[in-house]
Amino acid sequence: MNLTLKIWRQKDTSSKGQMVDYKVTEISEHMSFLEMMDVLNEQLVNSGEEPVAFDHDCREGICGMCSMYINGEAHGPDRGITTCQLHMRMFNDGDTITIEPFRAAAFPVIKDLVVDRTSFDRIQHAGGYISVNTSGNTQDANAIPISKHAADEAMDAATCIGCGACVATCKNSSAMLFVGAKVSQYALLPQGQVEAADRVQNMVAQMDLEGFGNCTNTGACEVECPKGISLDNIARMNRELMKASI
Amino acid sequence: MALDSKVPQGPIKDKWTDYKNHIDLVNPANKRNIDVIVVGTGLAGGSACATLAELGYNVKAFAYQDSPRRAHSIAAQGGINAAKNYQGDGDSTYRLFYDTVKGGDYRSREANVYRLAEVSANIIDQCVAQGVPFARDYGGLLDNRSFGGVLVSRTFYAKGQTGQQLLLGAYSAMNRQIARGKIEMFNRHEMLDVVIVDGKARGIIARNLITGEIERHSAHAVVIGSGGYGNVYFLSTNAMGSNATAAWKIHKKGAYFANPCYTQIHPTCIPRSGDYQSKLTLMSESLRNDGRIWVPKNMEDVLAIREGKKKPTDLSEDERDYYLERRYPAFGNLVPRDVASRAAKERCDAGYGVNATGEAVYLDFASAITRYGTEQAKIQNITNPSDAKIYELGQKIVEAKYGNLFQMYEKIVDQNPYETPMMIYPAVHYTMGGVWVDYNLMTTIPGCYCIGEANFSDHGANRLGASALMQGLADGYFVLPYTIGDYLADDIRTGKISTDLPEFEAAEKEVTDRIDFFINNNGTKSVDYFHKKLGKVMWDKVGMSRNETGLKEAMAEIKAIREEFWKDVKVPGSKDEMNPELEKAGRVADFLELGELFAKDALMRAESCGGHFREESAEEDGPQKGEAKRDDENFAYVAAWEYKGEPADAVLHKEELEFNDIELKQRSYK
Repeated sequence: MNLTLKIWRQKDTSSKGQMVDYKVTEISEHMSFLEMMDVLNEQLVNSGEEPVAFDHDCREGICGMCSMYINGEAHGPDRGITTCQLHMRMFNDGDTITIEPFRAAAFPVIKDLVVDRTSFDRIQHAGGYISVNTSGNTQDANAIPISKHAADEAMDAATCIGCGACVATCKNSSAMLFVGAKVSQYALLPQGQVEAADRVQNMVAQMDLEGFGNCTNTGACEVECPKGISLDNIARMNRELMKASI
Repeated sequence: MALDSKVPQGPIKDKWTDYKNHIDLVNPANKRNIDVIVVGTGLAGGSACATLAELGYNVKAFAYQDSPRRAHSIAAQGGINAAKNYQGDGDSTYRLFYDTVKGGDYRSREANVYRLAEVSANIIDQCVAQGVPFARDYGGLLDNRSFGGVLVSRTFYAKGQTGQQLLLGAYSAMNRQIARGKIEMFNRHEMLDVVIVDGKARGIIARNLITGEIERHSAHAVVIGSGGYGNVYFLSTNAMGSNATAAWKIHKKGAYFANPCYTQIHPTCIPRSGDYQSKLTLMSESLRNDGRIWVPKNMEDVLAIREGKKKPTDLSEDERDYYLERRYPAFGNLVPRDVASRAAKERCDAGYGVNATGEAVYLDFASAITRYGTEQAKIQNITNPSDAKIYELGQKIVEAKYGNLFQMYEKIVDQNPYETPMMIYPAVHYTMGGVWVDYNLMTTIPGCYCIGEANFSDHGANRLGASALMQGLADGYFVLPYTIGDYLADDIRTGKISTDLPEFEAAEKEVTDRIDFFINNNGTKSVDYFHKKLGKVMWDKVGMSRNETGLKEAMAEIKAIREEFWKDVKVPGSKDEMNPELEKAGRVADFLELGELFAKDALMRAESCGGHFREESAEEDGPQKGEAKRDDENFAYVAAWEYKGEPADAVLHKEELEFNDIELKQRSYK
């Protein structure tokens, strides 16, 4: 298929960016979206132009590095996937595709489609851990039974890949789904109880400091989340925060 | 220089304990004056960073990704082995040790493997304490599954995302230390050289991938945990950015590179579909717990399927060849990876491949779905369930176990694997070879360590499933923190290492010169053009089976591609900005050298062992006909290569392997 691409180009954080049009031809429907971008970049390199910078690494939907906003949706039109898992069969010959970076005040653009998501890391530094040394001298792994239900729910929360689609999708650029998922993982496990109150307070404080917006229960984040992280996690985080403040 | 593995004396089960009792320790006040650089933040590097920082060292960590959480360990799916024997099925430290040495086709170092088995149980305790949500059974205890090459269930897992959960565990331990200021994290930085002062590794030169700035960083020791070199094949299951540059740079500065020809071709990956393909996707080995691998028995059916006239589900049991169950009745679908991959290649080479390219076999879950469904019907007291009901119940169980993998498959291939069997084919996945290290995990450069997939030590010629995560975390959490202390004990009075030393200046100049060359070269072909060309030679001639003629050709061809690369590569943009093409150019330049050494090593090793199959060395008759034939008399050693300029001139050093606790036998899974 032949496509027109409208892509955000921006030299660096301080420069002004703009949308630029490109054409690609003979795109196979079996290609992944990023392979289509590879074709474009190869074309640009061969014609002496600078290729489009975009983040990507594992290309199997787990590292959380890829991050495009395609036709107005984080990770594009399909559900339950990241951009690297999006396939060209979702598009038609002759389509015009708009490709922008994830936009949020807390995710400044580094170049073209690459954004800086280290604000997520800093939220994790504030409390996204259990304070146990890695000496290996802990108790036996089976000493504390954990109900299958709790373990499964913790796993569902822990499956977050930290891509930032929730923030990019949210009209308030809220990071509550991301933070809620981490808070929930630990809140659901006995190991996380000891520091539960400090953890949620510190992580929420850092989230606010980074300039993420608040949650107004729209639920767009849950729809666009490639890992299907549930809104319940935001509710659980709010409950934990409430508990911690009493 | 003679290779000294520094394996401690004494009985194998006491070596590690005795060793720990006799090493030099650094007191906590002195640790505060010692800096350690760790390159790579996957399971090995990340866990090492966390533990070293907890002990009190000042850690500087480097990752090319935007966060340590994105290292490619995250993509490991199936699980992590540990000799816990929670299932009471006869597991023990010895048995894990034995399975790993046998699985590695008797080409690993016994003492290292025993230590790995010994600390494996601690890893699970540690990870649970960190809040890693491993799968549990209804009683609340940890669940296990089986992996290839073993007869017990010792694999712990978190759905099909075990690597992700373990890496996030190590990342959380790092975060705690980053918050305390004990780890200084350098995201989006790439190490481009090691700096050696007075014969010791004392720092690195790194490029800030956002600004392009070249930076000098000093430390008292340098740890490389930068992963494997599978991307030398261009197409592999590795991440796009996975590279061998850090490992190759230390090799060029004196670290020997061991057994580069030991590469794991994983049997269950999604087959390639076209020339545009950028990477291959793994379908976890855990699927072989429940999936049965087959091709049609009759050629007419193969052709009918390829032409779309028949569907795989149309074939009756009699018309299917479950070739692994047929050839290896004892292990069936759970033979080790190298064996399963070669068996798939054998069938496809014979013309039985089931897709258009002729390079695919089926992985079928229908029997498992029926088995689970029948069991569920019983549990739920459903009498005379219909086939549809059984299928529905069974599908739920399979979905709970492998849901994310099935979803991934469907997104890529556009077929529903609950309804039709998956198509799979082997792909490059892991490299057992790597930087040579002694028992202390130190390379042949004093003060330079290498951990995880980047080193060569534990998996011999073939790695068993769910052992990479085990080794990464064992090295980082439990082994390196001891061994590095013994070395650093001599450095308590050294003080800060200055980055103004001439050695730093010289290393920086080398790096800058190379970058300037790429930017100014103005060739006509993209970096990917050369990478793909290299990958094709590697796959065709240094792939799943190798022979003398092919390997000699490969060496010559790779050399030619390398020469063309340096004449004609084109790198757009400038050096003072984010420039992904420039990053790739440096990595591919290193692969073009490594690839040739790889072929040279494969040529030298005129035996078949593990993932290294030499066509000249196969069993000619008897029950093992066609299986790999090892040559213990001539090749029971580690091949460690010393850099001498051109890869073809590399000098071989041998570390003879001694097997005192395990008898060398032909590996049989029949």
